[in-house]
Amino acid sequence: MAIELHPLDQFKIEPLIPIHIGGIDASFTNSALLMCITVAVASLIVIWGSRGRALVPSRWQSLAEISYEFIAGMIDDNVGHEGRDYFPFIFTLFMFIFFGNLLGLIPYGYTFTGQIVVTFAMAAVVFIGVTIIGIARHGWHFLSFFVPHGVPVALLLLLVPIELLSYIIRPFTLSIRLFANMMAGHTMLAIFAGFVAPLLLAAGAIKAFAVVPLGVDILLIFLELLVAALQAYVFTILTCLYLRDAIHLH
Amino acid sequence: MNEREKNDPLREFGERLDKARAAGQGPLGKAPDDGPSTSTALAFGWRVGLELVGAIVIAELIGWAIDKWLGTRPWGMVVFFFLGIAAGMLNVYRAVTGLGGAVGFRQPQAGAPPSKGAGWDDDEDD
Repeated sequence: MAIELHPLDQFKIEPLIPIHIGGIDASFTNSALLMCITVAVASLIVIWGSRGRALVPSRWQSLAEISYEFIAGMIDDNVGHEGRDYFPFIFTLFMFIFFGNLLGLIPYGYTFTGQIVVTFAMAAVVFIGVTIIGIARHGWHFLSFFVPHGVPVALLLLLVPIELLSYIIRPFTLSIRLFANMMAGHTMLAIFAGFVAPLLLAAGAIKAFAVVPLGVDILLIFLELLVAALQAYVFTILTCLYLRDAIHLH
Repeated sequence: MNEREKNDPLREFGERLDKARAAGQGPLGKAPDDGPSTSTALAFGWRVGLELVGAIVIAELIGWAIDKWLGTRPWGMVVFFFLGIAAGMLNVYRAVTGLGGAVGFRQPQAGAPPSKGAGWDDDEDD
């Protein structure tokens, strides 16, 4: 009567439509499906919301306007006015992560933000993009970024590698933060949910204790809702800060 | 009801709303600043911790790769261990002092807005 618990099974990639191109496994997986659904849901909300263009917004329009103003305000505060050029990218990034996190919370869904490959791909795009923007705007002057002001030449030998290292680390910390938060939260949910069934199968009055892990799970769901929004916000605001560095070099 | 008729009460409402916001009364006014909330503090703690540990881990990986490439075991890992600690502390220092993710000890320039990265205490009142 033993029940085996596999709290990490929820992160398993399962091919839905096998596609193999020249030895490369490019199958359409459950992760890819959820990404498509996320894009569809986010697009639908924004497009549907901006359809009415009413002076007094409807609920959907409010939703679209709030998300627009939230990201626009974030860019204005953190990057400055030049940052508006990059609004579409940052807005897309935020909506993708935010809805990905939220849809992942729906039972039988899949949390693709709990995959380091996905988060690292996004962080790498941000990192490479920001570096290219910095070089395009400032040319070789961009390298002065790594040379602290007013430091003796001898110390530069030590400080430049440190600066370079702390720059290179950015995409790693950016991706690990999102991935670890999502994965830890969902694993915790699965573990507590896994306690419920064995307790219900137990003899006599012990059954009543099944309420405890169930209650913990309900509270955890609320925490995960918070984490889902917070981590999307953190990822986006750090992207803004990196962008600010690249734009306002001098 | 045409647009013009609709506009007037709205403008008056806007003025009242602005006045109420300026006075700081009611739910729309700015709440008294009692520091970042627990959730943002939690996220900030996460960020600082990861910044410190992540820097060392990544630095060690780079050191290990250099050792493997140049056959300088164990010096690459030793040197990069200390570089990683320094870079991690630098990142933490910057996150805490509000210099944001800025590399280099530069204060924000005149054209650049001040960093709000420090406590993530954004006020969403506009």
